[in-house]
Amino acid sequence: MNQLSASLKDSAAVAFVALLIFGPFLGLQLQDGASNNLILLPRPELLAIAVGLTFLARLGFLFWQDYRPPMPGLTRLAAPVQRTGKYIAPALLVFAVLMPIIPGIATAYVDLGILIMTYVMLGWGLNIVVGLAGLLDLGYVAFYAVGAYSYGLLNQYFGFGFWECLPLCGILAASWGIFLGFPVLRLRGDYLAIVTLAFGEIIRLVITNWVALTGGPNGVDGIPHPGLFGLTFSMAGGPGTFAGFFGVTPSPHQRIAYLYYIILALALLTNWVTLRLRRQPLGRAWEALREDEIACRSLGINVRNTKLSAFAIGAMFGGFAGCFFATREGFISPDSFTFIESATVLAIVVLGGAGSQLGVVLAAVVMIGIPELLQSLQIYRMLIFGLALVIIMIVRPRGFISTRRPTVSLGKAGIIAADMISEGHG
Amino acid sequence: MSDSLLSVRDVTMRFGGLTAVNTVSFEAKRGDITAVIGPNGAGKTTLFNCITGFYKPSAGTIHIAHQEGASLLLNKLPGHLIAKKGRVARTFQNIRLFGGMTVLENLLVAQHNKLQSATGFGVLGILGLGRYAQAERAGIELAKHWLEQTSLIDRADDPAGALPYGAQRRLEIARAMCTEPVLLCLDEPAAGLNPRESVALNELLLKIRGTGCSLLLIEHDMGVVMKISDHVVVLEYGKKIADGTPVEIRNDDAVIKAYLGEGDEDDPDAPIAETVEATP
Repeated sequence: MNQLSASLKDSAAVAFVALLIFGPFLGLQLQDGASNNLILLPRPELLAIAVGLTFLARLGFLFWQDYRPPMPGLTRLAAPVQRTGKYIAPALLVFAVLMPIIPGIATAYVDLGILIMTYVMLGWGLNIVVGLAGLLDLGYVAFYAVGAYSYGLLNQYFGFGFWECLPLCGILAASWGIFLGFPVLRLRGDYLAIVTLAFGEIIRLVITNWVALTGGPNGVDGIPHPGLFGLTFSMAGGPGTFAGFFGVTPSPHQRIAYLYYIILALALLTNWVTLRLRRQPLGRAWEALREDEIACRSLGINVRNTKLSAFAIGAMFGGFAGCFFATREGFISPDSFTFIESATVLAIVVLGGAGSQLGVVLAAVVMIGIPELLQSLQIYRMLIFGLALVIIMIVRPRGFISTRRPTVSLGKAGIIAADMISEGHG
Repeated sequence: MSDSLLSVRDVTMRFGGLTAVNTVSFEAKRGDITAVIGPNGAGKTTLFNCITGFYKPSAGTIHIAHQEGASLLLNKLPGHLIAKKGRVARTFQNIRLFGGMTVLENLLVAQHNKLQSATGFGVLGILGLGRYAQAERAGIELAKHWLEQTSLIDRADDPAGALPYGAQRRLEIARAMCTEPVLLCLDEPAAGLNPRESVALNELLLKIRGTGCSLLLIEHDMGVVMKISDHVVVLEYGKKIADGTPVEIRNDDAVIKAYLGEGDEDDPDAPIAETVEATP
């Protein structure tokens, strides 16, 4: 009974807040009056419905929290889920490889695949910093921008092609990672997050304002698409083009599919390096750093260099992704590198479960794919999307895949549950 | 057994106006178990943090003399080099394990410097070239050795955070030993252990001494201190008040007055020593 009245009180409080918020929006309507003036029409019934729904939703949620079945299955369920889980990653990989050559697939879907894959790669890159090393980085977009502008400007001023620039972009972004990391990494937790956020903005503002070099808000355009061993993907056909060389009809699908395979290869490279590094002393030191920095120091691990290496390697993959972004779009401007990009990538990592590679893929599909696929719902799209995110975080507070697989074992190692794993403090 | 391994000379540590450690000097001999005892708040952990590099002492020097003849000034080394070059390992009063990593992983992280140097800046390791695989096998062997010594071998693949308290204490010692130290510093290793675990701990510490590693420990449990230490240093209010063999300490008037004769110090939750002293 006590619980019931507490729940009712809580719901009433929430309903009151809803009343304050919805009051002016739903409760009042402006209308043209008879004598050319504006009159306010009250709409109490609409307001009552909105507030009532909020009250019921809150009450329902509280009931669900109090009386939900104790989920005895969860531990028992874990094993079969894990067994099927083993096949999810290979199945996704096979699908990702075959997707563009499925006969009759719309080019728009391949294009969406490129978008998702770019975010998967960014998520995997940031996962090194946030998921493994436990450093909260809110300015990851800075390295994405460094990569994109490195290619754009090297091409504009020196005529470098995509394949020449790709490694350079990675190196430049990694250098910036080290350069920014040096002063920043002595900070921890929230302070680190704020300073990385500031660095992300600084990079964007420098690009915007250094008009002589970067073109400022006008951006850099005319960035060439990548070629395949000297072959271009021109619509004209003929010698020197992909279509002409292989004797097929030129179609935009070929170029899009080619871009898709480039980003797929880059993303898989990121994944492979991360998975290998996790089993190496460096990767273990990152995870140890996330668990307990002081203990790391007592074991003779150079905490600063280890953090810097995580920052630099994460930044390098961000730079690769940026380089790809520039070549795909053909045009870059500071508007593409706002804070919302950092936030999206971080949301992908957190939603997927920090440290989990597969989780990042699932989260990228949810975060990027669903809003695109829901285009037909128009204005309700973001509402549904936001609601879905809230529900996911309530049901799975540590992300889709919050467990951790040991990197080495004597016998048969189990999966480590999320409640053991520290989230890192910077 | 006579040469000195660690020599602490006139070490002072001030925090603002508070002098936590006041011109303390003592020597720890190679192959000895040296215990630092004293009432709560006497400055034992502060002294420990100075030796292991977590604090930089305000004054004084801390030397470690390696068998190869090299002598290092610990108070000048950056924190992580104390473990790497100074070969001083430590455990913590409130256990600091990597809870989300398995027991075995904890022990491999402890061998980070040795293993990392075998990976060729990580590049060869990623490509699976070079001698990394061999180095890792050796690392796992060393880890297995210490897991057997601490009877944790059955739990090697369990997350460290899931171990019971006593096992976590042993794991922390095993992890410190995996850095292959010449001096192992233990901050209250017997705290929270039951009598049987305490006896097992004594055996483990003697076994570690048998391998040639010297020990320095802070301890409240007089059973542990008197039974296994070769040398005892007593601190009170940041000052050294006595220094000698356990028998000498037991008969030292100043120590009896300051410590053993007064209230029960075994309770780790007891208020700091000032309250004991405040009673006239």
